[in-house]
Amino acid sequence: MSVTAGLSVTSLSKSFKDLQVLDKVTFDVPKSETLVLFGPSGAGKTVLLRCIAGAVDADSGTVQIDGDDVTQVPPESRGVGMAFQNFALFPHMNAFENIASPLRAQRQPRLSLAETVDSVARLLKIDHVLDHAPRELSNGQKQRTALARALAAEPGLLLLDDPLRNVDAKLRFEMRLELPRLLADRQATVVYVTQDYKEAMALGDRIAVLDQGRIVQIGSAAAIYRRPANITIAKLFGDPVINLLEVVPEREKQAISVQVSNQQIMLPHAADDVIGRPCMLGIRPEDIAITAPDVPAAVPVSIEAETPLNEKIVSLAITQRGRELLASRPADVASPSAGAAGFLFNGDGVMLFDRESERRIDMQSDSGKKTA
Amino acid sequence: MQHQSVLENWLRGIALALIVLFFMFPIFWILLMSLQTNETILRSPPSMVFSPTLSNYQAIFAGRLDSNAASLDIRFLGNLWNSIILSVGSVGVALLFGVPAAYAFARYKFRGSEDIAFTLLSFRFAPPLLVLLPLTSYFQTLGIADTYFGLIWVYQLICLPLILWIVRGYFEDIPADVEHAYRIAGHGWFATFRNIALPLARPGIAAAGLLAFIFAWNNFIFALVLASADKQPVTVGALAFVTASGIQYGQIAAAVVLSIAPTLALALYAQRYLVEGLSLGAVKG
Repeated sequence: MSVTAGLSVTSLSKSFKDLQVLDKVTFDVPKSETLVLFGPSGAGKTVLLRCIAGAVDADSGTVQIDGDDVTQVPPESRGVGMAFQNFALFPHMNAFENIASPLRAQRQPRLSLAETVDSVARLLKIDHVLDHAPRELSNGQKQRTALARALAAEPGLLLLDDPLRNVDAKLRFEMRLELPRLLADRQATVVYVTQDYKEAMALGDRIAVLDQGRIVQIGSAAAIYRRPANITIAKLFGDPVINLLEVVPEREKQAISVQVSNQQIMLPHAADDVIGRPCMLGIRPEDIAITAPDVPAAVPVSIEAETPLNEKIVSLAITQRGRELLASRPADVASPSAGAAGFLFNGDGVMLFDRESERRIDMQSDSGKKTA
Repeated sequence: MQHQSVLENWLRGIALALIVLFFMFPIFWILLMSLQTNETILRSPPSMVFSPTLSNYQAIFAGRLDSNAASLDIRFLGNLWNSIILSVGSVGVALLFGVPAAYAFARYKFRGSEDIAFTLLSFRFAPPLLVLLPLTSYFQTLGIADTYFGLIWVYQLICLPLILWIVRGYFEDIPADVEHAYRIAGHGWFATFRNIALPLARPGIAAAGLLAFIFAWNNFIFALVLASADKQPVTVGALAFVTASGIQYGQIAAAVVLSIAPTLALALYAQRYLVEGLSLGAVKG
């Protein structure tokens, strides 16, 4: 759409036999920006990436790179770099030749070719294993070699298909810190596929959520976390997972409120049309503060268990109606660890979803905020 | 595997030895026969004790078969040469056409691709005699009966389906992503075929080529019907040892030893690639 778009995908569809994998996918990535494609497995992320690279032909729709329609252009002429989830290294070539392969295609003179390979290998800290065959490399080294191969020719568009999927947790964390800097230095337009919401939030300027072949939401990490388009997305982002409670909003004097275990939760920003509609109330565990049981406005619960998760402590509690609720707090905040307590909901964190369509119901305070 | 008892190891060894003995014994016996005269071969009971003679080999190389009754010209070395030309030629042609075809069948699903591939395979189902009669008359009309060209053409019935189907499987085993990666790196489809698909399928191509060579080498019926004396391979040429005055077992044995030698040498040479193929199995790394 826009002239500055590094990549724009318009109405891209693809089916394999009867299975519709991509359904009219449309999005733009401005030049030098990183877009994270996020979604559960089987959502069509990898196929979408392949369509952009030209490895798979789409049934309909167009792909534009830097303003040129490349839909009919073979993959070798699209000028993209791609790193595959399973690395897809050439098993009969050593790491050097793997990284050099895009440069060989450009017929770079030998001297500058070796220099380029060396510098990109140094950047990714694999310069000491350049003469190793792929089978002699560790998973982390394979992943870096694949990444180096994608970067070597300095493509304007970089497609990264879950490159951290098959490496161990420590390395994944390291790379998650390293990658944004690396990508920013390159000034490349990047499409990054991942199934890990933390990776998505750490790496992307924007996140596009793909589910069953459709883009369901595009926005900044904060926008998707705070204002998910539907229940599925709300559940995909966040660990521990968001609390969801069946509620029916009702009018209480001037305001609208819902009942959670005999406690009224006020929804000061809700519109009148939610009254009487079956809804889901969503509240993220970190938006629940644990208080004494007798604090007014707190939902009385009994805490059943506490588990440390990353740097947080997660409390599992049961309301008087027998519903489970999770609350999390930083590990250094003391709190009653068991028995009766109160759960105090942070009003800004309360979300309301329509139970039938599962879509989030916009409450006025949200729409007033600036959406990134 | 660690806590296997010694007894189990022994039994396994004995079983393997028996199998090897069973399969190797005929070849060993032929080798012994080739070093004996007809009299010692036919003596009853047979014995492994004899004074070895190279007379059978001498006769074959000299091209003269002397028996008690008469002497006969044979051209076994010529037959051997024919076998080499026919087998190498037909495997070469089959590789030239079969490997790219196998790649196409493996990678590009076009309309009717399965039907064509199956039709090619079905050539192997039909008994050769079924096609031989019409072929003979075609070949005579075309003027290619009794030529190397015509025989190599017919041998494609044996070699082409074999190579096509074996190599196709190997191409299919190469992860498509590896080829995609090479194309995205900026190489055209032909460069991808040559630099990625061919080297990675090399063990399969070697195995298929070797197998096709053995099948072509061992073929009897096509050559018997379509080739005259000066184009005959060893399989047909060996008939010459069955003479009116008796069967020259010693010479037949020597001829057999000589005729399995090239295939054996080829198999030993190709073994390197076959083993490489096994160890390269982890392409998915």
